[in-house]
Amino acid sequence: MDITINKQMVQKNEKEQDFTPVFKINNLNLWYGQDHALKDIKFDIPEKQVTAIIGPSGCGKSTFIKTLNRMVEMVPIVRMSGEIVYREKNIFNPKYGVEELRTQVGMVFQKPNPFPKSIYENVAYGPRIHGIKNKKVLDEVVEKSLRGAAIWDEVKDRLHENAYGLSGGQQQRLCIARCLAIEPDVILMDEPTSALDPISTLKVEELVQELKKDYSIVIVTHNMQQAARISDRTAFFLNGEVVEYTDTSTLFSNPSDKRTEDYITGRFG
Amino acid sequence: MSRDKTNQKSIRSMIQENKSSRSQSAVMEKVVPKIFLICAIISIFTTIGIVFTLLTETFTFFNRISIVEFFTNTRWFPFTSDENADFGIIALIMGTLTVTAIAMVVAIPIGLAAAIYLSEYASAKTRKVIKPILEVLAGIPTIVYGFFALTFVTPLLDKIIPGGISIFNALSPGIVVGIMIIPMIASLSEDAMNAVPNSMREGALALGATRFEVAMKVVLPAALSGVIASFVLGISRAIGETMIVTIAGGSRPTADINVTESIQTMTAYIVQVSQGDTGYGTTIYYSIYAVGMTLFVFTLIMNLLAQFISRKFREEY
Repeated sequence: MDITINKQMVQKNEKEQDFTPVFKINNLNLWYGQDHALKDIKFDIPEKQVTAIIGPSGCGKSTFIKTLNRMVEMVPIVRMSGEIVYREKNIFNPKYGVEELRTQVGMVFQKPNPFPKSIYENVAYGPRIHGIKNKKVLDEVVEKSLRGAAIWDEVKDRLHENAYGLSGGQQQRLCIARCLAIEPDVILMDEPTSALDPISTLKVEELVQELKKDYSIVIVTHNMQQAARISDRTAFFLNGEVVEYTDTSTLFSNPSDKRTEDYITGRFG
Repeated sequence: MSRDKTNQKSIRSMIQENKSSRSQSAVMEKVVPKIFLICAIISIFTTIGIVFTLLTETFTFFNRISIVEFFTNTRWFPFTSDENADFGIIALIMGTLTVTAIAMVVAIPIGLAAAIYLSEYASAKTRKVIKPILEVLAGIPTIVYGFFALTFVTPLLDKIIPGGISIFNALSPGIVVGIMIIPMIASLSEDAMNAVPNSMREGALALGATRFEVAMKVVLPAALSGVIASFVLGISRAIGETMIVTIAGGSRPTADINVTESIQTMTAYIVQVSQGDTGYGTTIYYSIYAVGMTLFVFTLIMNLLAQFISRKFREEY
């Protein structure tokens, strides 16, 4: 009985996939040396929604999100096969410059990593390296981005002070503002609240809800409640494979795979 | 199991036994810091002693030659009758500064570029090979660099420069002092850049920055205090460099800047007097203390400057 219901649910879910994908991942495999870290990953990431990636430590979720902007290539021993299509272009195509990809696909890291510069310079950094020099334009971009990251009111009187004077939560929102300043299409967030206190976490979560109106967001989190609270779709990773990928509400209320159920009910991980 | 137990027991009893030697180690604990303190005091007192000697002899010198003349006269001709002698240190200072300037023109761009390459581009493997080579370069005795300047660089420059170059000149030792300093600047700057956390590079790369943009606009500014301190230490080293300029620079002090002609630096002058048959108590004898004092003040200022810059330019992270 259970099984038939689940099958129906799966079919229903597959039918529901009528969103516009921003990323299409096809048979993605990734190795660190001999270690097979991602195995035949295949799913689509929707536009202007929040997609959460959950799974236990070492399941490949961080590795996966870093392949989406090719940051994973910072590791010298990495090898990949398969394709990731971003807006109809394969990002592994040698003609597709990695800088161009990263200009479109921004990233917020686990630990806040502002530059050791002023708050203003942190936000203006992206536009500057992409050739925007006009002071007036930069001023506007900085204000707009800081407002967008819900930190403007806290920092507007100290824009020229060092970013390291901010609290951890403020630094993380500054990093989000820095990312917004070049107006990306997608924002990748790799456990953005894991280093933050609960109040800062709440602020970032609210911010994610705001941002999905304009941006497609992929967020890695080890916090299942967070995934349930803020995401529209959730992928459950285990040992480098996608076990289940569906609507967040379905995944948490009615998982079709036993392993997903075990994980979300806290039996492991 | 039983073996485990005996093992445990024996270790415990061994520790107990060792407690008997604690009284001995307690004495050590009291005496050793005092020995270390004495060593620290020795180094401080020798420094004070040197500066004191330098000061008293310099004072004697300034009793004979006025300090105003010393710093305003542009001619340095000590080896003549006392009435005709000129003690204008500017001529020696100009020699030192010319060599230092040439050295820095050579060392700063090459050293910095090498540091950026090692820190931002080289693979771990390449770095493992290149860094020790740099350190070997830093270990070459300066006398060898002096030979190299005189017997290789000078003839080479003579061929390249239209009109030739004198056997003793400022350019050749300047270049070679620069080469000598490259490893120091490269190594210290690389250390400073390496200390910049990787998360900052990732932050910039994730914004679509190229590696060059990351190096120039994130890593270098973040490491600026260390990089500039390495420049200043390099300058200080060039000012104090003795052997290379003595061998290849010549012994004709001049306030004119002509890099193809013979010069004399402060250090080379001191060598010349120390080796000659200058009698104790002559003005020339005391002059080396005055020159040494000037040199000391120069390098002291440079070291203080390095400290000041390290603090001033530090980007906190």
